[in-house]
Amino acid sequence: MNTPIRRLAVFSMILFGALMLQTTWIQGFQAESIREDPLNNRQYSERLSEQRGPIQVAGEPVAYSEDVSEEDDQARYQRMYNGGTLYTPMVGSFRSYGASGVEEAENSLLDGSDDRLAARNLRDILTGHDPGGARVELTLDPEVQQAGYEGLANGGKNGAAVALDPSTGAILAGVSYPSYDANDVVSIDEPQAAVDNYVELEQDGDKPLLNRALNERYPPGSTFKVVTAAAAIEHLEATPDSTMDAPDTLDLGRPLPNATPGGTCNNGDPDTLEHSIQISCNTSMANWAIEVGGNRLSEQATDFGFNREETLKTPLEVTPSLAPAEEDPNILGRSGIGQGNVEATPLQMAMVSAGIANSGDVMKPYVVDRIQEPNGESTLSSTDPQTYTTATSASTAQSLTDMMVLVTGQGGSGTNAAISGMDVAGKTGTAETGGEQGTHNWFIGFAPADDPEIAVAVVIEHGGGSGNENAAPIARQMMEAVVQE
Amino acid sequence: MSTAATEAPASSEAPTDLPPVKRRNAELALICVTIVITMSAIAVAGLNLNGQLPGAMWGYGLLFGAMALATHLALRWIAPYADPLILPCALFLNGIGVAMIWRLDAADSGEIEHAGIGMQLVWTAVGMILCIALLFFLKEPRILQRYTYISALVAIVLIALPMLPVIGISEYGARRWIGLAGFTVQPSEFAKIVLVIFLSSYLVTKRQVLSLAAKEIKIGRFKIMDLPRARDFMPMVVGWVMAIGLLVVTKDLGSSLLLFGTFLAMLYVATQRSSWVIIGLSVFVLAAALAFQLFWHFEQRVNIWFNAFDREVYDAVGGSAQLVQGQIGMAYGGLFGTGLGGGGAHNIFAADSDFIMASLAEELGLTGLMAILVVVFLLVQRGMRIALASRELFIKMLASGLSFVVCFQVFVVLGGLLRLIPLTGMTTPFLAAGGSALMASWLMIGLLLRMSDNARRPAPKAIQDEGATQVIRR
Repeated sequence: MNTPIRRLAVFSMILFGALMLQTTWIQGFQAESIREDPLNNRQYSERLSEQRGPIQVAGEPVAYSEDVSEEDDQARYQRMYNGGTLYTPMVGSFRSYGASGVEEAENSLLDGSDDRLAARNLRDILTGHDPGGARVELTLDPEVQQAGYEGLANGGKNGAAVALDPSTGAILAGVSYPSYDANDVVSIDEPQAAVDNYVELEQDGDKPLLNRALNERYPPGSTFKVVTAAAAIEHLEATPDSTMDAPDTLDLGRPLPNATPGGTCNNGDPDTLEHSIQISCNTSMANWAIEVGGNRLSEQATDFGFNREETLKTPLEVTPSLAPAEEDPNILGRSGIGQGNVEATPLQMAMVSAGIANSGDVMKPYVVDRIQEPNGESTLSSTDPQTYTTATSASTAQSLTDMMVLVTGQGGSGTNAAISGMDVAGKTGTAETGGEQGTHNWFIGFAPADDPEIAVAVVIEHGGGSGNENAAPIARQMMEAVVQE
Repeated sequence: MSTAATEAPASSEAPTDLPPVKRRNAELALICVTIVITMSAIAVAGLNLNGQLPGAMWGYGLLFGAMALATHLALRWIAPYADPLILPCALFLNGIGVAMIWRLDAADSGEIEHAGIGMQLVWTAVGMILCIALLFFLKEPRILQRYTYISALVAIVLIALPMLPVIGISEYGARRWIGLAGFTVQPSEFAKIVLVIFLSSYLVTKRQVLSLAAKEIKIGRFKIMDLPRARDFMPMVVGWVMAIGLLVVTKDLGSSLLLFGTFLAMLYVATQRSSWVIIGLSVFVLAAALAFQLFWHFEQRVNIWFNAFDREVYDAVGGSAQLVQGQIGMAYGGLFGTGLGGGGAHNIFAADSDFIMASLAEELGLTGLMAILVVVFLLVQRGMRIALASRELFIKMLASGLSFVVCFQVFVVLGGLLRLIPLTGMTTPFLAAGGSALMASWLMIGLLLRMSDNARRPAPKAIQDEGATQVIRR
């Protein structure tokens, strides 16, 4: 029996040999690449108490590092945030187990490890200064952000609001409600409390950690009708006066009613495109979508920024919005009014609005305006506005603008967004959510209609009312913050 | 011992007897080294954690040292010829484990002076007492051979206990515990010892028929392997059914793999027929894969194994997060480690039990892990040496079986952490926190020490030399 025992001993030696080889491979050869893996969140906890550059809004820091060490001790920096819950969805937080928002997206610049800061750091080390991180200046407009946040907070319902500068793509506001105070989750002196607070937020059913403005998709409802109208004008050479059958109910597998007053668009007669947008007629717009066809409707949405495989980075990553090409006319009809399989982020709908405002060119949205050297003396880089996609021709954009102005005017569906003394373009949306909970309430628009300075999108989750009732007032306040200065 | 008597000494083999040398003083010296290592390990951890020599270095360190020395003294008295390397190896692993668990607890509780490893030391003491008691009461391990079917029954009961409704406890996706009077016990830790005892006595009686009756499979003139007769498959089928049954009911791939692997190794030792191993291994792998396909997310298991660093796999519920965190820890450890207390091992889930090897790898580095592996390897090889030196077949089987259990258990645990094989939850002998595992480990050490004592003791001397009847004293 000794031979098999010897062989078993040799076999156990082989097992140990395999373990030793693999350990050597992982701890010796693979160690560096494992440490650099993005899943390694220790890179945050290790650098938690190091100095980071500030994140600024309108020249004022909203995130900055403060030395909290005792005198003569080694410096320990605590990350502090201004503005409470207001900016957190965009600015993010820098915690022991990870980071979010701009804190994560511009991490290497903020902590000073970016190559663009290498020369600067070397100079600092040679001259005996503390090398610090770069300053990151955001495009956010405090007043617009505040207006959006207050509007949502006063309503008390979950939701999001986005404002863009249509001519550049600069994000003027990125509001997500509810939010959280980043100071609660970053304490270096009470790390356990910070982690506990974060876990509590993670488990909160209202998802305060989610940036709804960029990373939550909703059915856009009737706000998507402007995309359908754009497709009709671009592909079918329709004009605002072109008419389309607008029965009081349309049979799309299940009957599709109108949500207009009295349930009718034009007493059952064919309705003009202009009037259909003004009062948000369902049946005519569903017919327009079927007329345009699934491929072309989906292509038009793609031209506005939907259906992109490459993730849009602002530099915060944006969840792609969807408008698939439908073949079944019943589903296609519903797609035409922003139901069915159409889903959009609030940012995407703001891009639709901004594209129309900017003569059909959708500018690439961005939130980092410029990067400045640690001392703030000189600018390392600044974001150049660029066209993200061309959605429509200038004339189509003009027609859409004209129709959208009617929405906020007399007899329109979005009168609550009207601002006295100027024309405001808009479109309301009330999206069915399928469940027991109430509808999502939308408003997209821009002002002034003739020379747009701001484009917005507002969504109230399960608001249960209409877009005009719940979303339009918030959109108006955000637009007023820019146009009434 | 009729079977033992039939085994004629194989003349072709080299002599395997061990010299009857006690070398207890060498053992004492080695034990003193392990005590110093344990105390320094606690000291280093304390210095790294808050810059002060921890009181635990003296408190826990000396307590552990006293227990170690007591065991050594007991050995001088009860088993003076026992192998002098086995106890120091076990104590080294136990001591390093205690130091690591103290360090993890100190980081978790924040208050370094309140870090408690009391229970781990209590279990160590209980384990040592069990070991000594076993040495004292079990003078001839071969009497265990009488209890073939009783031990089979006990093994089955122990394995089945966690499946029982009231006392069985399912945690972290596996059913491996039972609750008893406020304690949780992991019966599979003891089951593996009883199973080795059963297999040793069963296979010793059945080995002839299992190894001799066979069909040769040839391709042309070349013999590929010996295929056993169909009716001799019965033990294999029973072992296989039990292993797969265990897997299906408890979801505990680790224990299932360990028990079945041990079964195959011992079958091989008994029959010297590799066909058994090949057949057994293939049907086990096939059945395990099928079971996972049928019952759980086999794909996720495989994904965790192959694509652990994939973001989606990492974020999934029950995904690869723990494994990846362990590997990141090891990566931070690098060649020389972060030093005890210098790393972030305490942030990993189960850092002191299933993941203690990852914690050690991080803080002691590749060098320290190698040292630990060498010590475990030494322990295993001493066990194998005892098997070679023993004369009775049952003892040979028992010693080699127990040694292989230690070896294979370390392989399953560390192999999982290193992504050599799929990760399964299991304790590491001597190192991991947990009473059942420690007691079972010390019982195995007790058996090995007893067998080595018997194997090395000088042959009994006749005290009178006339006549056919002799009075023998051992």
